[in-house]
Amino acid sequence: MATAASARAKRWAAARSYGNLAPFLFFALFPFYFMLVTSFKSNAELYNLKSVPFWIQTGAITDHYGYLFQRTEFFTWIKNSVIISVVATSASLVIAILAGYSLARLRYRGVASFGTAVFITYLVPPTLLFLPLSQVVVRLGLSDSIWALIVTYPTFLVPFSTWLLMGYFRTVPREVEECALVDGASRMQTLVKIVLPMAVPGIVCAALFGFTLCWNEFIYALTFVSQSSQKTAVVGVTADLIRGDIYYWGSLMAGAILASVPTVIVYVFFLDYYVSGLTAGAVKG
Amino acid sequence: MAVGQRVLESAGFRQEPGRLTRLRAWWEQEHVFGYGLITPALVLLVCLVAYPFGMAIYFSLSDYWVGSPGAFVGLNNYREILSNDVFRQTVQNSFVFTAIALGFKTVLGIWLALLLARNLRFKRLLRGAILLPWVIPTALSVLGWWWMFDSLYSVVNWTAIRLHLITAPGPNWLGQTAYAMTAVIVVNVWRGLPFFAITVLAGLVSIPREFYEAAEVDGASSWQRFWTVTLPLLKPVLAVVILFSTIFTFGDFNIVYVLTRGGPVNTTHLFATYAYQIGLQGGNLGQGAAISLFLFPMLFAVVFLQLRYIRKE
Repeated sequence: MATAASARAKRWAAARSYGNLAPFLFFALFPFYFMLVTSFKSNAELYNLKSVPFWIQTGAITDHYGYLFQRTEFFTWIKNSVIISVVATSASLVIAILAGYSLARLRYRGVASFGTAVFITYLVPPTLLFLPLSQVVVRLGLSDSIWALIVTYPTFLVPFSTWLLMGYFRTVPREVEECALVDGASRMQTLVKIVLPMAVPGIVCAALFGFTLCWNEFIYALTFVSQSSQKTAVVGVTADLIRGDIYYWGSLMAGAILASVPTVIVYVFFLDYYVSGLTAGAVKG
Repeated sequence: MAVGQRVLESAGFRQEPGRLTRLRAWWEQEHVFGYGLITPALVLLVCLVAYPFGMAIYFSLSDYWVGSPGAFVGLNNYREILSNDVFRQTVQNSFVFTAIALGFKTVLGIWLALLLARNLRFKRLLRGAILLPWVIPTALSVLGWWWMFDSLYSVVNWTAIRLHLITAPGPNWLGQTAYAMTAVIVVNVWRGLPFFAITVLAGLVSIPREFYEAAEVDGASSWQRFWTVTLPLLKPVLAVVILFSTIFTFGDFNIVYVLTRGGPVNTTHLFATYAYQIGLQGGNLGQGAAISLFLFPMLFAVVFLQLRYIRKE
């Protein structure tokens, strides 16, 4: 009897937990559901105040997606975003691996202040420097091209990845490295052949997180590029799909959903890496 | 150098070492290697963070317009924006926005983390779903909110009217001052809550079970356990999350830019959106830079607190 009662109490507690979580889940997910519904609705239904907005009553249509593919430079924007994210993330990762190893493992004068400097730049919000950076980009002759973004994205990728990787490099036992050095390996060989393989989870994490940071970036992409053919997916959808009239909501939502897909894919397949990247700054730091 | 050579000699190198060997020995020294590896990162940060920061200060002290570098004008830009009503409004907006959004994110974030920490089925799925607003590009998800707050077809108003909570046509969320600020704060909380919840959750998981057991033996209620065990042990994580979020809420751009562009009548402008309007759309880089530099004291305070905290740990 007592066990049955405690089982019931347990089930009740679980039900209450789900009940408490439900409003949070609704809050988190409803906007996405609503965007999805909007993107498949006909204009006649979208702009009919009498129809229920929560679902599709007069049949789903794909016209808004068709508009996106045929009448805008959507694929160019996606291609730009892919190139920018891959190149900027890879370059930043190489720089960050070197810097992170140096800061985490090697002893030399000034290492602590370099670490502090990286940490401070990690905290600088992009909104603080976008105005002067826009002029730097002009002086480098890169304005209005995807290269403006490939060059400036490392300013937030390198500090972040360095900080993240320092944590991983510290977990590699020193003895392993020392053994390699005694055995005659050069320092660079030790880093590449011994330390890097042991820090693979950290590198994957930094790469994935860096990719999504680039893909989602907004203010630099909005500010440094104005030619439509050089825009990223996020800015293309936000800035170029809004036409004069008001009947654009369907294609706007379609664009927002499709342009989010790459980030979501990365996220779904590497959730654990993603979470560890998210909490690294706060918990490990 | 000397050390390197001695090592080489003892390792059996008899003949005079060649230039390449000497170079290699030099490179193998710990400090040389250390400086070498950090150099690319430092060059990047000096050229693209420190130098632009210097430029921002220089812009703010001169009459600098897009395409025409102007003369040094001292603190004129600062004097002008400080006597500007729109700027004062912006300062007030920024503090209201940050304080309210941060308060909600902290309280709801802790609550959500406590819920997620329970041993539930579909734990991974739940966490994944909760985190989604943080993952999707903000500028794009805010487009969805923009549509939800549309002046005519707002789903929020539609629902509230049907539930008889408000009378038709309902508020114009993005066109009326108090409502616009509410909308912007709601979206900021929506987007930032997952970061708080997941990070606090990571902190919760690291609290040893024995602490709770000890409190339970002492007869503490679950509320008391929260105040005497959970919260004090969460303090380090909370401090970092709150400081971190302060900077990024204060410096927010995406949400306001997409939802309201700072309107109506500048009541939702934040430093970044106002700097964008003055500096880029208006072309007055000098004043724009001065406005965005007002983010710096906040950044400085946070960095100072955080560094002190890390040292203390």
